[in-house]
Amino acid sequence: MVLIARNRGLFEIELRRAKEGIVRMDEAQIYARLAGIFEDVFDEDSIEITPELSAKDVDGWDSLTHIRLILTIEKAFKIKFSTSEIGKLQNVGDLVTLIKTRAE
Amino acid sequence: MNALYSEMQWLPRAPRDFAERLKALQNSAGPLGRELQALALHALDLNQLTKLAKAIGKARPEATAGGKSLEPLVPFRLAVLSNSTIDLIVPALVASSARHGIALEVIQPSYDQVAQEALTPDSKVNSSKPDAVLLAIDYRALPLKLSLGDPEASFATVQGVIGYLQALGGGIKANSNAVCIFQTFASPVETLFGSMDCALPGTLRSLIDGINRTLTEHVLGSGDVLLDVAGLAETVGLADWHNTQLWNMAKFSFSDELIPLYADHVARTVAALRGKSAKVLILDLDNTVWGGVIGDDGLEGIKVAQGDARGEAHLAVQRLALDLRQRGIVLAVSSKNTDEVAREPFEKHPEMLLKLDHIAVFQANWNDKATNIQAIAEELSLGLDAMVFLDDNPVERGLVRKLLPQVSVPELPDDPAYYARTLAAAGYFEAVAFAAEDLKRAGFYQDNAKRADLQKQVGGVDAYLASLDMTITFQPFDATGRARIVQLINKSNQYNLTTRRYTDPEVAAAEDDPEVFTLQVRLADIFGDNGMISVVICRPDENGVWQIDTWLMSCRVLGRKVEHMVLREILHHARAAGVHELRGTYRPTDRNKLVVDHYARLGFTKVDEDGSGATHWELFVEGGELESAPMKVVSKGFSAAGEKSHA
Repeated sequence: MVLIARNRGLFEIELRRAKEGIVRMDEAQIYARLAGIFEDVFDEDSIEITPELSAKDVDGWDSLTHIRLILTIEKAFKIKFSTSEIGKLQNVGDLVTLIKTRAE
Repeated sequence: MNALYSEMQWLPRAPRDFAERLKALQNSAGPLGRELQALALHALDLNQLTKLAKAIGKARPEATAGGKSLEPLVPFRLAVLSNSTIDLIVPALVASSARHGIALEVIQPSYDQVAQEALTPDSKVNSSKPDAVLLAIDYRALPLKLSLGDPEASFATVQGVIGYLQALGGGIKANSNAVCIFQTFASPVETLFGSMDCALPGTLRSLIDGINRTLTEHVLGSGDVLLDVAGLAETVGLADWHNTQLWNMAKFSFSDELIPLYADHVARTVAALRGKSAKVLILDLDNTVWGGVIGDDGLEGIKVAQGDARGEAHLAVQRLALDLRQRGIVLAVSSKNTDEVAREPFEKHPEMLLKLDHIAVFQANWNDKATNIQAIAEELSLGLDAMVFLDDNPVERGLVRKLLPQVSVPELPDDPAYYARTLAAAGYFEAVAFAAEDLKRAGFYQDNAKRADLQKQVGGVDAYLASLDMTITFQPFDATGRARIVQLINKSNQYNLTTRRYTDPEVAAAEDDPEVFTLQVRLADIFGDNGMISVVICRPDENGVWQIDTWLMSCRVLGRKVEHMVLREILHHARAAGVHELRGTYRPTDRNKLVVDHYARLGFTKVDEDGSGATHWELFVEGGELESAPMKVVSKGFSAAGEKSHA
């Protein structure tokens, strides 16, 4: 499942279907895509993506990299977060919940 | 957003294994400059640029461990003074500079320390002895007090800002002797009054306009350099440029999505300062300079005419090439063709803007293009990195990129309508100065002088027409013009007296019939060549009267007295052929009301009107010459007796 969803083309199809309300985007898919994004943003493939993961756990996750992370996520999932939504994010779990509500 | 710019579509897409190739470089021993540049020569997003910059940082010879050489990239130290957040921009600058052959080192002082850094002799910026200092200042850092409708206060505000910028520049010059790169300011999109914001003194819009105008005047010729951020922002659209959320959240001066584009523009400017801008434009011919394949379609078949959408797209490429030549860019041709076939359109096609004497090196043969481009470079004694190669064929582009990676080869979209724009957007010919010696050709000054004259002279219509410096060219139908003739006959609805449609063979028959008098008319003026704009067919009847079977004109040249000159030409030939009378017919359609009085205005007499609303007119050929309208007349291809030369 995870291996398949990390294929970007397939992810795009899943994302479109989720946006059209055909299927629900499940958490496993979101986590899988986030793993690819974290690797891209932090240039590091050993980060384990868990709901509890937050900035203090990752080397180089400063305020600016945080913005780059959010911008990359917005682009990948084709969504826009509001300023207050971004402000409230505490950890990856919050992020996944937010993406889920938006992708529905 | 317009993807040409936001995704930099002139660059090939990043390879799927971009990250892997970047990692593999770390195990490579030799100088990495070439390979880093090759990776940078793709369209990269912000994350990819960041990774590439990291790899460049590691490869620097002075890096603590494992440093290598970045040769042949040329080192450059750039300090960036800014009042906005540039931390995400800095890696993009480093990576984009590699694309342009520069090993960039960025000196970045603390946030919002612009004046302190510029004016203090031993500041971080000044003591680092940069080659250039980029003043990346956002309008929100300027003391812009609104002074609505108050020209004096507005002037004082503009002067205050200019004084501040000049003081920064003066401090940098005195303390580090670096070149300053001044940015123009992108206006915000929020208006106060609406359209009036651009006219009323003291609005944000007119203050920023005033600052930009004054700043550019000061910088031009000062030895410092401009980065036209205002122009860039307008090109992509101010609403997309400004991202208020990112400004509020993190003081980003513009949208993150445009960082790669902005960084490329900074890199172009830096590369231009190091003399690395391209100097030669090498053009493919078939489907690049004209539509179609000259070897297959022949002179009559290629698309390069005004009035044909594809033809106009290719003419736009020619026009851009000519304009570049005027500013000193050398033009060359590389085409897979027989030499004489490839030269034919340049010599014989009347609509071609490019002529053979515009082309410094003409390589038309069956060699591969890499070999030809190498020959061009040798002939011109210029390096391959001074060459830009424009070709519609992705196979040729790929070959040249692979064999001659130093040559710049823009990707082109499928539609030739965007060729010229894509070439211009790529910015290969970025310049930081324009010296008198760039202007070997007098044309530039002549054109400017003409425009100034035009403004002075506009008073009466005749004076205006005279100032257009028009040349009208008359020819009988011929094979070269036939495609456009057929097109005009079948497309013209408004200025068309009879709206008779003819096929290509029917036009060819008229062309070959020695009894039929035909005219194709072209018009050029100081603004350029309008191409073929009028077509006439006269057929003699049994009484020796010329019946005007077809008379049409392009509406683009209405009001220029073209019809008057066409009649003058017809009369001239009628007289020579011993014809005593012309007869014209107006056949009304729902589109050609415009010409209901055409014959009356030209002095014909109405002889008949029939039930369908058609009117019949006559004019006797006897009498003197019609007076000429203010334009130069060229009549060619007619035999002395007024007959067609080939008939």
